[in-house]
Amino acid sequence: MRILRLISLVLLLGSSALAQSKYGVGSTPGKEEIRAWDISISPTGAELPPGRGTSKEGARVYVTKGCAACHGATAKGGPAPTLLKAEAKPNGTPWDLGRVLPIRSPYATTVWDYINRAMPLNREGTLTPDEVYALTAYLLNINGVIPEDAVMDAQSLPKVRMPNREAWAPLPDWKPGMPRFAGYPY
Amino acid sequence: MESKQPNRRRFLKGSAALVGLAAVGSASAQTPAAAPAPAAFIKGSEEQIAYGQRSRFETSVRTSHGGRKSPDAFGLVMHVATPLQDSVGVITPSALHYVATTRGAFIPDIDPKEHRLMIHGMVDRPLTFTMEDLKRLPSVTRLHFVECAANRPSATAKTIQDSHGMTSCAEWTGVLLSTLLKEAGVQSGSSWIVAEGSEEVKGASSIPMEKAMNDCIVAYGMNGEAVRPQQGYPLRLLVPGFEGIFNVKWLRRIKAVDQYYMTYNDFGHLRQEPENAALGYQIGPKSVITFPCVGKQLPGKGFYEISGLAWSGGGAIRRVEVSTNGGRSWTDAEIRGTAQRMAHTRFSLTWNWDGTETALLSRCTDEMGKIQPTRAQVAEFFKVPLVPTYRAPGQDNTIQTWKIASDGSVHNAYS
Repeated sequence: MRILRLISLVLLLGSSALAQSKYGVGSTPGKEEIRAWDISISPTGAELPPGRGTSKEGARVYVTKGCAACHGATAKGGPAPTLLKAEAKPNGTPWDLGRVLPIRSPYATTVWDYINRAMPLNREGTLTPDEVYALTAYLLNINGVIPEDAVMDAQSLPKVRMPNREAWAPLPDWKPGMPRFAGYPY
Repeated sequence: MESKQPNRRRFLKGSAALVGLAAVGSASAQTPAAAPAPAAFIKGSEEQIAYGQRSRFETSVRTSHGGRKSPDAFGLVMHVATPLQDSVGVITPSALHYVATTRGAFIPDIDPKEHRLMIHGMVDRPLTFTMEDLKRLPSVTRLHFVECAANRPSATAKTIQDSHGMTSCAEWTGVLLSTLLKEAGVQSGSSWIVAEGSEEVKGASSIPMEKAMNDCIVAYGMNGEAVRPQQGYPLRLLVPGFEGIFNVKWLRRIKAVDQYYMTYNDFGHLRQEPENAALGYQIGPKSVITFPCVGKQLPGKGFYEISGLAWSGGGAIRRVEVSTNGGRSWTDAEIRGTAQRMAHTRFSLTWNWDGTETALLSRCTDEMGKIQPTRAQVAEFFKVPLVPTYRAPGQDNTIQTWKIASDGSVHNAYS
């Protein structure tokens, strides 16, 4: 019993020692500041803000916000990357559909995240959450991932089943000194 | 020997006449041997004194890479390759360091006094650092290469800049990322970080926590001065040995998380096959002969120093071998200086060219014992036929062959 108590005391001391900052340099950001900076959207959608949008609304935003000018009126053929999948091959895989974000990405959250952080070019950060939800819905709909009347919001977006959801190779669990690829001598 | 300094020239002629007696049999009697006249001088300017420029005779420059011009029609900077054909030593000059960006980016013009790095997420103490804060913390200075996934030998490459110019090596100074993460106190269960830049596209990558705590550097210094804007001024992340896109520039935020976030950058190296995913992650052992290389012209048979660069994401280079007979036999090259971990390493080998057609190759071995392969070896490992269009999976670290023609011209012998 005494030994156990001693061990827990050591553990307690150890963890409280770890809970100290060593140098005391830097400042503590406020919760609001962190929220404002944090634009990463995880596959679970934990960081998604409130808001909603449909494909029909997104089609309008696509024109009014100038997306069509660079990506093409039909989401292809513009100077910026195509947003429309390639024609499917018989017995093909999602990989045949091209390197098109709203079809190849395993998670619909990546589409939302990227539009929100990086579009439109030169006016990044000006879209409202509703507009980003609407544009995401539009791109997912024209690629055949969701029906036209589907409402995209913080709850529904992470649940969208992307065709490439399982068909990709995760990165290996990296450890220092590990071989890059099992059995590979190079 | 034209001189704009007649007095000096007269003087030199006179001195040459004095030593002429000692130079019997040399040159001709009409033009006595003379030491080269001093060159015209560079007219001093305050700019030249304040921040030096290279000689106007040095014209080596970076070039757009991958078929898309930089800046492009939108003004975005895409891929730009370093002129390896002119490289000496192991440091790439900051002005010539290769450039790549997320998607293509405008280079941000950041006032370091305004710049902040935030560390948050699964940490006990979220922290914000100014540049001044970061420079108070214990620092490291290390040589590291950065190499882009687009760095791939090809049959069509007409220069080594095209085939290998998307790698560079600099001396980086900054704070270990582990120092900052320990300050913030990473919570158990946090297995990844998301590192994010402050350019307009705000390029972000998921990086394993193991790597973040191992050897990543939050760098503010490059080759003895501040990191250049194209390299992430005022702050960038170095993820030594990992594919280039992980080395987030204009670093503003690090979030400790519990899963792979599939950011847009992560999406960029999404792969279908496990070997493509794995081999495009940490870079394998790779080397290339930078002299002689494609496009060079050897003036004739005789002595040359073969010289090149070797590097590996797996650690330090332990050995470089060179073949001067198309791969039939190999000789250990000399490693110049100390081979640093995840850094370009200069090697050289003396060579007497007999004037006949041949081929030069180099291959390296890293500290993990991994050896740079030929394309044929990679194809054999994956049991696929070696055809000219075969793409080695992941980051291509295969051996480059330079063919020396009997007229001394050097050619890309990709097959």
